[in-house]
Amino acid sequence: MADVLLKLSGLLIFFGILFSLARLVIGRTIVDRIVAIDMLTVITISLIVLYSHVSGRFIYVDVALVYGVLSFLAVLAVARYLERGL
Amino acid sequence: MAETALREILGSFVVLAGAFFLFSAGLGVLRMPDAFTRIQAGTKATTLGNLLVMLGVGILHPDWALKLLLVAGFVLITNPVSSHALARAGHFIGIPMAPSTGADALRDDENAKAEKAKAEKAGAENGADRAGDGA
Repeated sequence: MADVLLKLSGLLIFFGILFSLARLVIGRTIVDRIVAIDMLTVITISLIVLYSHVSGRFIYVDVALVYGVLSFLAVLAVARYLERGL
Repeated sequence: MAETALREILGSFVVLAGAFFLFSAGLGVLRMPDAFTRIQAGTKATTLGNLLVMLGVGILHPDWALKLLLVAGFVLITNPVSSHALARAGHFIGIPMAPSTGADALRDDENAKAEKAKAEKAGAENGADRAGDGA
C-alpha cells in the first residue's frame, strides 16, 4: 500500500518536472524561464528528500538543504541582474 | 507493529498530497497566460507541495524531524523572497501582461511618484524666480 502511494507520488512529481521543463524550453520571455528554473529547484528539493526516504539515508536531507541555499542565491542574482545590471 | 504500518500509510498519503500540489504547480506554470500569473501559480503551489512532502517524510521518519523542519522553514522563507524579486525585476524591464489584466498598482504608484517629483521641482524653480525678483 505505502509502496504504491510513493510510486504514485513519484509519477506526479515526474509530470510536474516535465511540465515546467516544457515551460523552460518554450519560454518566450526570460522571466518565464527563470520561474521555471525556480520551480524546478523547489520540486528537486522535495524529490531529494523523498529519495532519502526511499533509500533510507539521512545524509541526502543535508544535500537538499545545501541545494536549496545555492538555487535561492542563483534566482536572486538573476533578478538583480535584470533589474539594474551586474 | 500495527502502529508502524498505520504511520507508513498516513505519511505516504501526505507525501501523495504534496506531490499532487507539485504536479498542479507544473500544470499552472505551463497553462497560465503571462509571466506574472506563472510566478503566482508556480511559487505558491510548490511551497505548499514542498511543505506537505516534508511533513509526510517527517511522519515516516520521526527522528529526522528537526532537519526536515529546517528545510521546510528555509523554503518557506526564501521562496516568496525570490518570487517577489523576480516579479519586480520583470515589471521593471517591461514584461508584457495578459490582455485580461485588470489593475497594475506598481505602475500607478510609480506614475504618481514621478508626477509629485516633477511638481516639487517646478515649485522650487518658481520660488527661486520670485526670490530673484525681490533682490
